[in-house]
Amino acid sequence: MLEGLLIGLQTALSVQNLLMVIGGCLIGTFIGMLPGLGPMSIIAIMIPVAISMGDPSAALILLAGVYYGAIFGGSTSSILLNAPGVAGTVASSFDGYPMARQGKAGKALTVAAIASFAGGTIGALLLMVFAPALSSVALLFHSAEYFALMVVGLSAIAAFAGTGQVAKALVMTLLGLIMATVGEGALFNLPRFTMGIMDLQSGFGFITLAMAMFALPEALFLVLKPKDLQGDDGEIKDLRITGKEAKAIAPVIGRQSLQGFFIGVLPGAGATIASFLGYAVERNIAPKKEQDEFGKGSVKGLAAPETANNAACTGSFVPLLTLGIPGSGTTAILLGALIALNVTPGPRLMVDEPQIFWAVIMSMFIGNLILLVLNLPLIPYIAKILTVPRNYLIPFILFFTLMGAYIGQNNATELLILVGFGICATALKFADYPLAPLLIGFILGAMMENNFARSMQLYDGVSFVWERPMTLGLLAIAVILVALPSYRARRAKARQDGIADGD
Amino acid sequence: MALDRWLALVLLGICLAYGYAAWFTMDAGLAPFMKRNPIWPSTFPKVLSVLGIIAASVILLGIEKAEPKAADIDYRRLGEYNLGQALLLLALMVAYALCLRPLGFLISTSALLILGSFILGERKWHIMLPVALIAAVSVWYLVQVVLGIYMRPLPGILGG
Repeated sequence: MLEGLLIGLQTALSVQNLLMVIGGCLIGTFIGMLPGLGPMSIIAIMIPVAISMGDPSAALILLAGVYYGAIFGGSTSSILLNAPGVAGTVASSFDGYPMARQGKAGKALTVAAIASFAGGTIGALLLMVFAPALSSVALLFHSAEYFALMVVGLSAIAAFAGTGQVAKALVMTLLGLIMATVGEGALFNLPRFTMGIMDLQSGFGFITLAMAMFALPEALFLVLKPKDLQGDDGEIKDLRITGKEAKAIAPVIGRQSLQGFFIGVLPGAGATIASFLGYAVERNIAPKKEQDEFGKGSVKGLAAPETANNAACTGSFVPLLTLGIPGSGTTAILLGALIALNVTPGPRLMVDEPQIFWAVIMSMFIGNLILLVLNLPLIPYIAKILTVPRNYLIPFILFFTLMGAYIGQNNATELLILVGFGICATALKFADYPLAPLLIGFILGAMMENNFARSMQLYDGVSFVWERPMTLGLLAIAVILVALPSYRARRAKARQDGIADGD
Repeated sequence: MALDRWLALVLLGICLAYGYAAWFTMDAGLAPFMKRNPIWPSTFPKVLSVLGIIAASVILLGIEKAEPKAADIDYRRLGEYNLGQALLLLALMVAYALCLRPLGFLISTSALLILGSFILGERKWHIMLPVALIAAVSVWYLVQVVLGIYMRPLPGILGG
């Protein structure tokens, strides 16, 4: 391994490759900050540049740098504008945005930068040590387990929605899953539920839906009820975090780096599930007093998803580099780029072309360091976006929402769908329905159905549920997750009404 | 009945319509060889529709009591907020969607940014105009030249 490390260092520290890391991180951060342009689109746009370089190590280093940069930039816009451009940073806005509203935007960005750095670095360390071993773990999972794992993820999201909200969160999740079935499925190639409308043939656009669920209602709420958008004078002074806060987030970062990395390794799970699960887990194991803080600007609630999504990004490289199987949309694009450069990722990669494998790992360390040293000093300037007067900020938010939906599809109908869904989402927000579960259900819907269908075909029916113990166990966890909070709520209510407990 | 239960009723209606489509309209056109498959295109939607109907009914019937909490905006007093501005902005966005192709990117975007600020009460034309124009041109330049995504800049009659 030491030999490999040195090979990697030698490759990664060449002037050209260092410039690639720096350039990739910068481009990723700036474009990722724009709501609506996620890592997938940025990497897709950068592919012609990367391929024309001709050097596979440099290309992969550049694209990986763009990837982390975009995730980092996405969390910046989640925190400052509550407009996540990337699904993986939706959870960061739960606590990051309230912090920014309380005038602690600087602190929130610092926490995010430190958590991202720690998550990415620890993830890269784990990748280095576990990459060969972990591929066998991922191999143990069949599509039945993937299906069950997604059910667990979705029920966890619903279960942690809060008292009296479980049914609402479940309805929103199911609505997201239902919306994901619109259009042509990968498995059947039959248009479903399109009502004969051509524009629905390819389904709803993810970015359009994300914009309609988050950015648009937020902008409308800002219009309806003007509130003080900036802190006292809009100056971001409080960049430092106190020793107490550092102590509070240190264990969170430790736990979430590990958990996020291992979730990232599983194909299909990735940064999105890792960040939501990380948020949910940290919220559940926090003491009661801190639990109430979650969602209102808790540093722990911000550090958890930030660490987890960066660790998961690194983790998603494991199946790509060791098995040649992309675990997420982003790594699928990377796989395409590698094949175009005449490199076949897989178990032989480490043997045949060790300099590529190790250079990518070393560039992960360098990239994370650059994001930390580059972005922390830049934070006061990034945060200047909050001092823009409301009369200018709101039209620009609306414009970027529209642009994000338009660029993805190049179709003006998408904009009408966006406005329509935005109005629906605002109504749902009035009635206190949580909107994030809908989006997560939508993202996972297609993957979930494909895995479900595959296991149905393998077992010729639903018998996979009881014939595979791991599937059964995961599904049991999902049922408990949904049943427990509503049971607890009924008990608490019964006790309030003066009815004696059974035990 | 509170708004959240009205919405649950709407959602129940959506689930029922979806369930009807999944249970009764999808299987008829299925090719015979696909009927031997253990999973049909309608299988997953069928499961979803049943679960959705159950969950929406739970809210509608008020089985799970929500804790009343102070919402950010009280929808019962919607008229007291800047409802007019919000509706005008929504109309503006629809107009933008309809004008983007015929009028071209530069004109539509500048108009969106200027009218958006105007609706919100901004009257400083000497700031509004340059900001909107610079933003529209630079975003167009970025998207068209740097990213290489074609967007018609000007109306067709002007050669855009």
